[in-house]
Amino acid sequence: MSTDVTATSPAPAPPGKSGSAADGNLLQLVLGGLRRNMRQYGMLIALGLIVALFAVWTNGDLLLPRNVSNLVLQNSYILILAIGMMMVIIAGHIDLSVGSLTAFVGAFAAVLTVNHGIAWPIALIMCLAMGAVAGAVQGVLIAYLGIPSFIVTLAGMLLFRGLTEILLQGQTIGPFPNGLQNLGNGFLPEVGPHTNYHNITLLLGIVLIVAVVWQEFRDRRRQQEFALEVPPTRLFLLKLTALGAAILVLTMLLASYKGAPIILIVLGALVVGYGYVMRNAVFGRHIYAIGGNLPAAKLSGVKDKKVTFYVFLNMGVLAALAGLVVAARLNAASPKAGDGFELEAIASSFIGGASMSGGVGTILGAIIGGLVLGVLNNGMNLLSVGTDWQQVIKGLALLAAVGFDVWNKRKSGS
Amino acid sequence: MAGPVLEMRSIVKTFPGVKALSDVTLTVRQGEVHAICGENGAGKSTLMKVLSGVHPHGSYEGEILFEGELCEFGDIRASEQRGIVIIHQELALSPYLSLAENIFLGNEHAKGGFIDWRETLRHATELLRRVGLDDHPETRVTDIGVGKQQLVEIAKALSKKVKLLILDEPTAALNDEDSGKLLDLILELKNQGITSIIISHKLNEIRKVADSVTIIRDGHSIETLDVKSKDTTEERIISGMVGRDLDHRFPERTPYEGEKDAAPALEIRNWTVRHPIDQERKVVDDVSIDVRRGEIVGIAGLMGAGRTELAMNVFGRTYGRYDGGTVLKDGTEIRTKSVAEAVGHGIAYVTEDRKHYGLNLIDTINRNISLTALAKVARRGIVDEHEERQVSEGYRKSMNIKAPTVFEPVGKLSGGNQQKVVLSKWIFAGPDVLILDEPTRGIDVGAKYEIYTVIDQLAAQGKAVVFISSELPELLGMCDRIYTMAAGRLTGEVPRAEATQEVLMRHMTKDKEVTR
Repeated sequence: MSTDVTATSPAPAPPGKSGSAADGNLLQLVLGGLRRNMRQYGMLIALGLIVALFAVWTNGDLLLPRNVSNLVLQNSYILILAIGMMMVIIAGHIDLSVGSLTAFVGAFAAVLTVNHGIAWPIALIMCLAMGAVAGAVQGVLIAYLGIPSFIVTLAGMLLFRGLTEILLQGQTIGPFPNGLQNLGNGFLPEVGPHTNYHNITLLLGIVLIVAVVWQEFRDRRRQQEFALEVPPTRLFLLKLTALGAAILVLTMLLASYKGAPIILIVLGALVVGYGYVMRNAVFGRHIYAIGGNLPAAKLSGVKDKKVTFYVFLNMGVLAALAGLVVAARLNAASPKAGDGFELEAIASSFIGGASMSGGVGTILGAIIGGLVLGVLNNGMNLLSVGTDWQQVIKGLALLAAVGFDVWNKRKSGS
Repeated sequence: MAGPVLEMRSIVKTFPGVKALSDVTLTVRQGEVHAICGENGAGKSTLMKVLSGVHPHGSYEGEILFEGELCEFGDIRASEQRGIVIIHQELALSPYLSLAENIFLGNEHAKGGFIDWRETLRHATELLRRVGLDDHPETRVTDIGVGKQQLVEIAKALSKKVKLLILDEPTAALNDEDSGKLLDLILELKNQGITSIIISHKLNEIRKVADSVTIIRDGHSIETLDVKSKDTTEERIISGMVGRDLDHRFPERTPYEGEKDAAPALEIRNWTVRHPIDQERKVVDDVSIDVRRGEIVGIAGLMGAGRTELAMNVFGRTYGRYDGGTVLKDGTEIRTKSVAEAVGHGIAYVTEDRKHYGLNLIDTINRNISLTALAKVARRGIVDEHEERQVSEGYRKSMNIKAPTVFEPVGKLSGGNQQKVVLSKWIFAGPDVLILDEPTRGIDVGAKYEIYTVIDQLAAQGKAVVFISSELPELLGMCDRIYTMAAGRLTGEVPRAEATQEVLMRHMTKDKEVTR
């Protein structure tokens, strides 16, 4: 271990303090860190590779500001679903109903706003409540009546699809009021002097970088307060730089087009919020506990039924949000909306490191998994690959990701 | 005695980074029962895997001679063809197939690809008789008890014309009665000319059935002793296993002589539990026990006595159907209808089955320790990860949990270290009363001593400890008072001074009458 471990001050060590040996070891430190966290970083590296490959193949079109913006808009609803799905899978369950539920909520929104002229903010709240009710009903059946989630949500998949068609009477209903459309297609408003960039987006990006750096330093100081080992200063600084650079690049890309999409802000808040809940909240810990070993969790006093119930209720709310976003983006509610979304969300979770038997996975993993699929979709579209081959390639990507995980686990297990 | 049937010479087996067997030599004579004993992780199971071809020829060094011939087994089938059959600790029966189907699984009596049922049933019946089972061969495995399942495994081995039978801790999951039957069967098979190797921690078992015992420690064969010889005492075997003299198997303990006037920390009155499915059956029948602060109270009993059932029903109704009884904590009646309520009243139950009921094996030491008492490291529902890590690092050091960091998955630890994690978890919950259910089951002698020390310290801190165990020496060494149960009833209460194995066993085998 480097001498920095015992340092009481979080301030960056001046270069040369730990001697020239440490300079030469930086690469080793990074590689060591990567090896220990193969599960976490493996998929991130894979995502980076896929982005790089498609950027080359499309002659840079993939990373054009307009396309990056488009990528976010196109994939937002799958990512929202993937967050909820990851939690369901960690709890040891599955939810097949979310695709149909997004369609149903989209239809409900259309009926409320277009047919009955209800103001969009009220309709939005009613839609989220509808999602909560749908999730709660499934949650009661699964948690308290003990019907397997596969069966309950398979029934839900058929049921909500049917209800969607009944609600829409086989028609496509639209267009939506502007306020709601912005949820799917809108960008942050612009203020201030004309630069070549979107001012608010730039400002947000800078605020975000400052917040991340501050949070990381605070976290490091807290660890030291508890006299815990912290990673070497060099590694820590490298991580901070990488994080900051990543945010900066994304900010610049978005700011040089129309700015940050509204849904990106919503999504960012969800990722941070749910990531925090899964890692630090008692509720999140209990989800991991029941998924990892249900009898042991029960004997530890975890209220497993209540936790399962809320996981499905939450999935319902997120599915409703995704439904609103899809409807807003297409500017219409259609009976066929959300077809196959459940499978994309499930695939995202497994690519992102979830386990069939539950108890494993992270929110960030689900997002990375979703982005892998999203970039594949977008990249192949740019290359004009037909949907037939797109499906084949996505299937192989899922197999490869999970296969790598299994191989990696076996290697470390023996 | 006859000459050697099996010789394993200078076996060396390395796994990436670990030398599991450094130099093991084992000689088994024709027709004997040969015990192998050693601490967990000493290399016993690895040695048997080398012998049975699970680790194929070429993956180890050294040579194996069976019936005087050099053997190079490529897989299990090859060793089975030579008549070497291994029965693993975890039974490998298919629960929804019949006994007959299981016995001939992979080895069916068939004509042209179709099963010959007449021959299958006839042969199965014959084999089941040989192992002392009179169950119908078409019974499903799931409908018979674990003890009988073990016998079915042996019948399966017999169907393969076994010459050398290897049993890996065959009685670990059995009660004393079933263990006894199994050991008798091994002796019976010995009379029929079948040689056996038995891996076991239980020294009394070794004394009962084995002719010789080979001790393995840290991948080396230490010595082979003649069990019938007078010099081969239990202490001798133990010191061979641990490599140090263990004249004290239990920590020194001054018997508790606390204030008899104060209300007991925990008192259970007239508790009755019915079987969860078979409602007619009372698995616990009108049992009353109490434990005081600073006291260690044992509950002895054979399997099926109702000890675990009592503890789990009291602890949040986690087993069976409650049918009357009250719990008092420090003299006041309390409700313990859910685990949360029981924990809230300062009661902890440390399960006998840590893998299934005690730990989340895929999660870290850190998160397993904090789970029951997350609120202690959380504020408004949010866990302080750093405080949590500090707490579990503390337990890792004080409990001597052998792991590089607290971020190690619990599944990777040895049994003894897993048990220390379970104990840490419940100690962190800060209970006043700890119910420990078989806290030293399946862990090695060294770790046992550490666990005993912890239990002793807990009592010294003023906690009330209920100690459920099937190992009488352990109860005698640790407890201030011992209750005995049999068939769901309380059959005795013996103070430390009067307790001997004979006295306890007499109470444990009593059936109806209740003495208090």
